[in-house]
Amino acid sequence: MAAIDPANPLSGSRRLRRRNSVDRLMLGGATAAAVFAVVLLAIIVYTVVQHGASQISISFLTKDQAVGLGVVGGGIANAILGSALLVAVATAIALPLGVLIALYLTEFASPRTARPVRLALDLLNGMPSIVIGVFVFGLVVVAHGESGLAGSLALAIIMLPLLARTTGEMLLLVPQELRDAAYALGVSRWRTIVGIVLPGALGGILTGAILAIARAAGETAPLLLTTSLFSTSTTSVNFFGQAIPNIPIDIFNYSESGFPADHARAWGAALVLITLILVGNLIARAMLARQRRMMSR
Amino acid sequence: MSVTPAAARLPARRHLADRLGDRLLLALTIFGAVVAMAVIALIIEQLISGASPSISKFGIGFLWHTTWNPSLSAGVVNANVYGAGALIFGTLVTSVISLVIAVPLAVAIGLYLSLLAHGRTATVIGPLVELLAAIPSVILGLWGIIVLAPIMHSTIEPALHSVLGFIPIFGAPSQTGLGLFTAGVVLAIMVLPIIASISRDLFLTVPNELKDGALAMGATRWEMIRGVVLDSTRPGLAAATILGLSRALGEAIAVTQVIGAGSIISGNLFNTGDTIPSRIAEQFIGATSKLQTASLFYAAVILLAMEIIANLAAQLIVWRYERRAGVVR
Repeated sequence: MAAIDPANPLSGSRRLRRRNSVDRLMLGGATAAAVFAVVLLAIIVYTVVQHGASQISISFLTKDQAVGLGVVGGGIANAILGSALLVAVATAIALPLGVLIALYLTEFASPRTARPVRLALDLLNGMPSIVIGVFVFGLVVVAHGESGLAGSLALAIIMLPLLARTTGEMLLLVPQELRDAAYALGVSRWRTIVGIVLPGALGGILTGAILAIARAAGETAPLLLTTSLFSTSTTSVNFFGQAIPNIPIDIFNYSESGFPADHARAWGAALVLITLILVGNLIARAMLARQRRMMSR
Repeated sequence: MSVTPAAARLPARRHLADRLGDRLLLALTIFGAVVAMAVIALIIEQLISGASPSISKFGIGFLWHTTWNPSLSAGVVNANVYGAGALIFGTLVTSVISLVIAVPLAVAIGLYLSLLAHGRTATVIGPLVELLAAIPSVILGLWGIIVLAPIMHSTIEPALHSVLGFIPIFGAPSQTGLGLFTAGVVLAIMVLPIIASISRDLFLTVPNELKDGALAMGATRWEMIRGVVLDSTRPGLAAATILGLSRALGEAIAVTQVIGAGSIISGNLFNTGDTIPSRIAEQFIGATSKLQTASLFYAAVILLAMEIIANLAAQLIVWRYERRAGVVR
């Protein structure tokens, strides 16, 4: 190899040096990309905190909204309550169904009967949330008008595939030996599932539920078509007949407005929402890490 | 041991309860599975029936006609005529922009998390990247309007225009920072964590023997990554990209907030435009005629078709790859 430098024979050839610098460049680029993503998250969260913190006060959290855009004052209490109600009802619809679907897939279905169900879940998971909004609009709103129930129904459809998938993963983690042991003692199938399999996976199912709730709480598109025409000043109690105020639609309406006071309110509401969602995610992750440790022990 | 009649009857009764319980649970779980499939069928049925007035009026030409005019007043040319051409264009362009930006970054992040980061760092950075996916789109859109758009307007668009201006797609910068390009950037932020976490999981499945083999042959780490890791996971990366695409195609709210609601097809990425989901979000509630609502339903049908095709394509890639690799599920 002629490229070796006679003055410094231990240094690599020019080709090797080039290969090494390409190596460093590419690996450095990969590290930089990861740092970039974390910085991006930090910037977005920081902006929300920076703009939103000055809005947060007792009255912002406890007062109902001011009437009309551009008006100073008012809070988001009715939107917080409304969002909680919408997500709670959606969870009540989707969680039992999601668990049943997961049970069917892991405990009962043969590979052939499982395939169409899995395909349906994949398609539901990839379904744009606005399409789900249009669907619920056609199904419910055309005939009965906007209502909290319609909003919850849309959110439930979004949560269903998430819940079914996380629950399914957790059911698979329950050791087969536990099931076999129960069967060997003569315990029937349903008692095994209800008494052994489900309690074993309970922690994981709850974790999945928290993640799905955090996802649903921030969904805006389906609510826009199902529960967005609410009167901003009153806390609506008619869940089945009226649109329910909620945080995502508030942020959306305020962000589209031209008044600075509305932008400020949008940031305040965004801070409340992002705090709830990030806290929910962190709790779920901590629970998941603990369960993994316990399972692997 | 002699069996008393009472003791003999007890197991029999439990037997009946067990059989009934088994049947009941099976029926319930089948009910759940049927609901999941029925929802898909119902969605398709509802969308098509809602779109039918528009389908029968505009037919297949809806796909390429670019007039979208909800005006009802007499004397207006093309009043109450709808076509999704410009929307389909906007949907595809913003999605492609987002993938061009996000895929290289996401693959790099996946490489970092799976191969380069040491235990502790990876367990911190990985979840942080995934938290990016948890930020609601409406908040990302708000950030896009108030923080990103001014920066795009004042710095990034002029810079791209002055350096790459000879390519027509980097035309004159926008007036407000709102437009196709800004929408693509916001979408890139949304799909980045999705593709990154899938590619990390993919890279973790590459057998150590292969990687060590390449390194033992004297390859640098990058050469090992290019020749072994990226090469063996190429189908998976394609599927991950399609999943990212399907997310970008369907995003409504964040795009509505930053795209500027234009309605023409323009080669300049800095101009305003609109996508199918964002047009639905803008006009659905305020629709003034039955035909406009039906046309929005029609647009939703097109979006749904795009989603289903993307989803099935991703599954087909994975399925073919697994069959060739001899993986038995």
